[in-house]
Amino acid sequence: MTIALVLLSAIMAIVVGWLVHKTLNTTPWVEQRTVDVNGRDGALALLPVQVGLGVFLAVATSLFALLITAYHMRMMEADWTNLDLPRVLWLNSAVLVLASVAMQWTLVAARRGRIDSVRKGLAASGVFSFAFLAGQVWAWQQLNGSGQFTSFNPAYAFFLLLTAMHGIHLLGGLAVWARATLRAVRGADFAKVRLSVELCTVYWHFLLLVWAVLFAVLLYSHR
Amino acid sequence: MTYVTHDESEFVPPMEVEEAELYHPKTFIGKYIWSQDAKVIAIQYSLTAIFVGVIALVLSGIMRLQLGWPHVFSFITPATYLQYVTMHGMIMVIYLLTALFLGGFGNYLIPLMVGARDMVFPYVNMVSYWVYLFAVLLLVASFFVPGGPTGSGWTLYPPQAILDGTPGASWGIILMLISLAFFIIGFTMGGLNYVVTVLQARTRGMTMMRLPLTIWGIFMATILALLAFPALFVSAIMMTLDHSLGTSFFMPALVAKGEHLGYNGGSPILFQHLFWFFGHPEVYIVALPAFGIVSDLISINARKNIFGYRMMVWAILAIGGLSFIVWAHHMYVSGMNPYFGFFFATTTLIIAVPTALKVYNWVLTLWRGNIHFTVPMLFAIGFVFTFINGGLTGLFLGNVPVDIPLSGTMFVVAHFHMVMAVSPILVVFGAIYHWYPKITGRMLNDAMGKFHFWVTFLGTYAIYYPMHYLGFMGVPRRYYAIENTVYLPPSVQTLNEAISIAALIVGAAQAVFLYNLFWSYRNGKPAGPNPWRATTLEWQTADTPPKHGNFGPTLPVVYRWAYDYSVPGAPEDFIPQNQPPGKKAGPSLSAAGSRPA
Repeated sequence: MTIALVLLSAIMAIVVGWLVHKTLNTTPWVEQRTVDVNGRDGALALLPVQVGLGVFLAVATSLFALLITAYHMRMMEADWTNLDLPRVLWLNSAVLVLASVAMQWTLVAARRGRIDSVRKGLAASGVFSFAFLAGQVWAWQQLNGSGQFTSFNPAYAFFLLLTAMHGIHLLGGLAVWARATLRAVRGADFAKVRLSVELCTVYWHFLLLVWAVLFAVLLYSHR
Repeated sequence: MTYVTHDESEFVPPMEVEEAELYHPKTFIGKYIWSQDAKVIAIQYSLTAIFVGVIALVLSGIMRLQLGWPHVFSFITPATYLQYVTMHGMIMVIYLLTALFLGGFGNYLIPLMVGARDMVFPYVNMVSYWVYLFAVLLLVASFFVPGGPTGSGWTLYPPQAILDGTPGASWGIILMLISLAFFIIGFTMGGLNYVVTVLQARTRGMTMMRLPLTIWGIFMATILALLAFPALFVSAIMMTLDHSLGTSFFMPALVAKGEHLGYNGGSPILFQHLFWFFGHPEVYIVALPAFGIVSDLISINARKNIFGYRMMVWAILAIGGLSFIVWAHHMYVSGMNPYFGFFFATTTLIIAVPTALKVYNWVLTLWRGNIHFTVPMLFAIGFVFTFINGGLTGLFLGNVPVDIPLSGTMFVVAHFHMVMAVSPILVVFGAIYHWYPKITGRMLNDAMGKFHFWVTFLGTYAIYYPMHYLGFMGVPRRYYAIENTVYLPPSVQTLNEAISIAALIVGAAQAVFLYNLFWSYRNGKPAGPNPWRATTLEWQTADTPPKHGNFGPTLPVVYRWAYDYSVPGAPEDFIPQNQPPGKKAGPSLSAAGSRPA
C-alpha cells in the first residue's frame, strides 16, 4: 500500500496545503469590509468545467494508483509468475503518443482559430485513439492464444484489468471527442469547439501519462 | 471581537444576472422528476435515503428481536440473521448517511449557502441522483433474488463472501458489488459538482474563509469521498471478476468439501487493505459534514460566534488529510508487521488532536452563550455528548494491545455505533429540524420534536452503554445466538433483552419523527424566511421555499463571515452575511422572522 499511501498523501498534502495557504492570514471576523469588483474571491481563473476536469483527473489518479498498488502488492507474493507481454504493446504505445501529439496540434490550431486544421487534427487523434484500442484488443487476443494460461494466472488477470480500466477511460474521452468533432464539423460556436479541444487535450495527455506508468509497471514485472 | 464599520461608498452594487429566467422549468416533470434544480435533487436524494434507512432500521429491529429472545421467532434463521446484519450495515453507512449528508444536505445547502443559483453542472447533478436511485434499486432487488441478499458482513471479506455456504453467495453478493459500483459512479458525478461549486461558484464577497462551517465540512468530506471511493470501486470490480470469471485477485487456493476450487494465488488481505483504504475515510465522510452542521447549529442557538473559526477549518482539513493514513487500524488482527501496527496506532491517536480541538471549540462556543434549547440545539448538544463518548472508546481500540482482545466483540459494535452511527444521525435530525422551515416554509412540531429527541438520545445510551460491557465479557459480534457459552454468565442474556427493549422503543419513536415530517408539511406553523434569526445566505432568500435560481433577480453580495451573532452595538443579535457594513438599520428581513416558542 506504500504507493497509494505516498501518492494519495501527496494529493491530500496539495489540497490541504493549498487550502491552508489560502486561509492562513485571514481574519474573517474583522473583515466586514468590501467586495473586490474585479476579484474572484479566491476562485481559480478557470471555467467550472476546467476545474471539474481537474477534479476528475484527481479521482482517476486515485483509481489507477490503487490499481497499481494492488498489482504491486500481489507481485510481492512468493507465487507470482510473470507474464510474456505481447510485442504489440510497444506499437500501441507509439500510436497513443501520436494521438496525444495530434490532440496537441489540434489545440494549437484551435488557439490560432483555424477551423480546418481543427477538424483534421480531431480526425487524426480519433483515428489514432481507436487504433490504440484495437491494438489493445489484439494484445488480449495474442495473450489468449498464447496457450500459456490454462487457468487464470493473477498476472494475466491484472493485465486485463489494468488495460481494460485504461481503455474504458479512453472510451469515455472518445465520447467527449465525438461531441467536439460534431461541433467542429457542424461549424458550431468556435469558442465552444476550442474549449472542447482544450479539455480533450488535457485528458489525452493524462491518459498517455497513465498508460506510460502502467506500461512501465507491466514491463518492470516482465520476465 | 472587533467590529469595524465602513462607509457606504465602499459598497458594490449587486451583480445583475440575466439568465434568471432560464432557471424556471416549465412542466411538472421538468420541475419535480427530471429536475436539474439542486434543491429538488436534494429532496429526491433525501427521501430515497430515508426510505432505505427505514428498511435498515427495521432490519436492526429484527436483529435485536433475535438477540433478545433467541428461538422465539422462527422466521429468523442463522442465514437470514447474517443477511440482516450485512444489509443493515451497508445501507446505513453508504446508502443512508453518505447519500443524505452529501447528496441531500450537500445539494440543498451548497448553492444556497455560497450564494449560487445552482450547482455548476446541473445536468450531471440530475444524472447523479438517477444513478444513485438505480444503485438503491439493485440493492433492494437483492432481497428478492434466489438465495437472498449477501450475508458476508458489511465488510464483504473474501474468500467467504463469494463461497458457497455464505448466504447470498450466488446472486446477492453480485448485486451488492454492482450496486456499490453504481453508487460510486453516481456519487462521483455529484461530488464533482459539490467541489467545483464551492471552489468556483461562490457569490461575490464570499471568500473561502467566509464560508459557513457546514460548507467546509461537506466540501472536505466530498474531497475525501472522491479520493477514497475508487478503492471500493476497484475492490468491487475485482471481486465481481473473481466471482463471475473465476479470476484470483482475492481468492487463495481453497479446498471445499474435499475438492480443490478453481482459485489459486489470490490475496484476501489485499481486499482488506483496499476496503479499509476506503472504509476509514468513509468514517470522516460521514463525520465531517456532521461536524460542520453542528458548528452552525451551536453558534446559531447560542447566539455567539463560533469559537476559533480558523482552527475549526484547519481541524477539518487536518482530519481529512490524516484520515487517509490510518486505515490499517481496522486490521490489527490480520497479522501485520508490528512496526506497521505502531505506525497506524500513532496516526490514529494523532487524529484525536484536531478532533478534540473541535470538541473544545463547541464547548467554548456554548460557554456563556445565550443558549436557546430549540430542538436542533438539543440534537447538537446530544451529538457533542455522544461523540465524546464514542471517541473515547476509539482511543482504546486505536491501540494495538487493547484492540486485539476487543476486536470482533460487541465493544467494537458499541464504539462505532456511538461514534459514527448515533452521532451523525443526531446531526441529521438536528439539521432536518433546522432546515425543514426553509425547505417547506413551515416549522416542524416542537412537542413531537422534543419527544423524538429525548427518546432517541436517552434510548441510544440505554442500547450502547451496556453493549460495551458485553464486549468486555467477550460477547462476539455477528453471532446468531450465544446461549450456553461457558464463559458467559446468564446475565448476559438478561442484558441483551434489556438492550433489545430499548432498541425497539427507539426504533418505534422514529415513527413520530416521520409522522411529524408529514403532519407539519400541512399543519406546521408558518416559518417566515428566517425563523432561527440566522446569518447565512439561505435564510436571506426572497422566497421561502426558495425558487429555482435561489435568489431572485440579483445574487446576494457577501460582506462578512457567517458568525456575526450578538455583535456589540448592532441593533439585532445577528447580522446577515449580505448586509452591507455601516448601515445603522437592523436586518431587513428580521421583522418577518419570528422565533418559535
